[in-house]
Amino acid sequence: MSQTIAFYDRVDHALHDNSLQTALQRATTRFISNRAGAIGALSDADRLRDQARAIRAYALAHLDELLPKLAANVEARGGHVCWASDGEEARRYIIELAQARGVRSIVKSKSMASEEIHLNEALEHAGFEVVETDLGEYIIQLAGETPSHIIAPAIHKTREQVSELFVKHLGMTPTTEVPPMIRTARQALRQRFLQADMGISGVNFGVADSGAIVIVENEGNARLSTTVPRIHVAIMGIERIVARMIDLGVMLQVLARSATGQKLSVYTSLISGPARPGEADGPEEFHLVLLDNGRSRILGGHYAESLLCIRCGACLNACPVYQAIGGHAYGGVYSGPIGAILTPLLQPDLPDAYLLPQASSLCGACQEVCPVRIAIPDMLLRHRADAVKAGKVNPIEKLAIAGYTMTMTHPAIYNASGKAARFFSRIAARKGRFRHLPPPLHLWTKQRDFPAPPPKSFRELWAERNKQR
Amino acid sequence: MTTSHRRAVLFATCIVDQLYPTVGLAAAELLERHGVAVDVPPDLLCCGQMAFNAGFRDDAYAVAGRALEILRGKGDVVLPSGSCAAMIRHLYHELFANTPFAGAAEELSHRTYELSEYLVDVLGVDDTGAHFSGRITYHDACHGLRFLGLGAQARALLNHVQGAEVVPLPGCDQCCGFGGLFAVKQEQISTAMLDRKLAAIESTKADLLVTGDVSCMTQIAGGLSRRNLPTRARHLAEVLANMVDAR
Repeated sequence: MSQTIAFYDRVDHALHDNSLQTALQRATTRFISNRAGAIGALSDADRLRDQARAIRAYALAHLDELLPKLAANVEARGGHVCWASDGEEARRYIIELAQARGVRSIVKSKSMASEEIHLNEALEHAGFEVVETDLGEYIIQLAGETPSHIIAPAIHKTREQVSELFVKHLGMTPTTEVPPMIRTARQALRQRFLQADMGISGVNFGVADSGAIVIVENEGNARLSTTVPRIHVAIMGIERIVARMIDLGVMLQVLARSATGQKLSVYTSLISGPARPGEADGPEEFHLVLLDNGRSRILGGHYAESLLCIRCGACLNACPVYQAIGGHAYGGVYSGPIGAILTPLLQPDLPDAYLLPQASSLCGACQEVCPVRIAIPDMLLRHRADAVKAGKVNPIEKLAIAGYTMTMTHPAIYNASGKAARFFSRIAARKGRFRHLPPPLHLWTKQRDFPAPPPKSFRELWAERNKQR
Repeated sequence: MTTSHRRAVLFATCIVDQLYPTVGLAAAELLERHGVAVDVPPDLLCCGQMAFNAGFRDDAYAVAGRALEILRGKGDVVLPSGSCAAMIRHLYHELFANTPFAGAAEELSHRTYELSEYLVDVLGVDDTGAHFSGRITYHDACHGLRFLGLGAQARALLNHVQGAEVVPLPGCDQCCGFGGLFAVKQEQISTAMLDRKLAAIESTKADLLVTGDVSCMTQIAGGLSRRNLPTRARHLAEVLANMVDAR
């Protein structure tokens, strides 16, 4: 149970971290209103979301045909494809490639798939210098942390904390003004882009019918990472595919509007292979790593719908639990509602992953904002059922549920326990409420009162009323 | 006032039965006042949501199976709870999928209603003849809001309460943090969510916080009372049936 405590420790820590609370509140509030404005501005948002879901569902249903098509098209354009069944295979491919090509310095643009396989650690261990170039990623790399949000990795940091990092690591003159802070980061990163031998990126969508990969971003760092160095490696989860180029018309809109509230992201790059003969720009080599890492296992089961996800982060922003505890408390690579679904599936070895689906009030705000309408609450419930089946149950809870079931299936027991509770309340309650209850209900009364059962139940009162008539 | 010859089962839910009997009486009163003969099956106890939400599907199956049996052939079923109504309408499908009761669950889902929904959408009521002199604000309980699409009905009914000033609750669609066992198992997160709800309620300076689910009401009232805040939490049915005293 020591691992169980770890999750609650992280929650406790997050709730008492004032900077985190400030940062989360500022950022999620802004994200929510931006998204609401951008989605609200569409006259046909519902239709667009239905289309987006249909496009993603089609892609998942035809992965067996679309992935080879994508790979063939990438290769036809002079690119290389690595089929990585897990993180180990993906890491080995990238490290061996970098070694074979004499790479020393690597720049990276944002990629959750690379987080998933702990690529930076592996590259650094193999002796390469790796620099994250997305501003948020750069900040947390300086801080030695992991992303706490799918699209805003440094969402947990306040401007003041970022300033401290830049002063310490980049020699910035102390300031909390944003423009000079960005100038400082830009100057440091510009050098790295020019030095780098290899650029590593993620992929927002792989387009099967053309062999292009799509990367959306707002800073231009992904465009630099994928064009300046002589080698570009893109890492793509195998589910992040669409069948046709024309599908992007829908997908790019719902992604940008759901993620940041933009009509489109500032930069949308469609990359099809390395520079061709005679072209002045672009890398000499292009490698696409198709990462399975547990996805094909999810595909056939009850959680297949989670693979529709386009990683917009809207469910994180909307989630009152995420708003309260932030991303790190979840303990997995992905956080928030979609993280609570994915982490137990993708990182089954994390001992407290099974607790994540329980850290939800099932309010449904996630599903409400999801651009592809993933039934997140239903899958959280499914995870809970799976945890029970696997015996991952708190013994007190198990006992409580057994008592509940016995009570609710036997009217005589139900009536007797109701009477007992009312008797108890007559002696222990004050002013119609309990201020303290015995364990485990003491957890309720720590910060809340609990209503004392009144002298008669509804059904008793109802029966009396009907007798009088 | 309509005088149809309807009959409906009032499924008062286990929490209403044990903790909030006046909510059950108010719901019955409202139905009868609008021409519905109310039936309260004595052995109808619980919809099974607590076990289902905790992942104990066999337990939920046993509890919900009883409800399903008792409600068979009974006509309209009305619950003063969006959450329990959503359990029957939305989750019984999954609970009883691939069982001999799938058909019965499907059939029941089509005649199950949350109270405000039944009053407004089925009975066509908007004015229940209620009066309350004071300020009222309304919290949308999540399951009614997102799984049954409710909210407009309660507001329409409240807007007809004579003497009441109905003011919007900032973040009225944000969860109060109850979430069943979540409220105890994740006590810290639950109460952090409650803190935000209480701050929003305080900002309205309302006399009454009204909601359609006694579970949210328990959470919110528990916080209001612990902090000695002046706002009282009441179920919509109590307000509509004139069972709330002015203070």
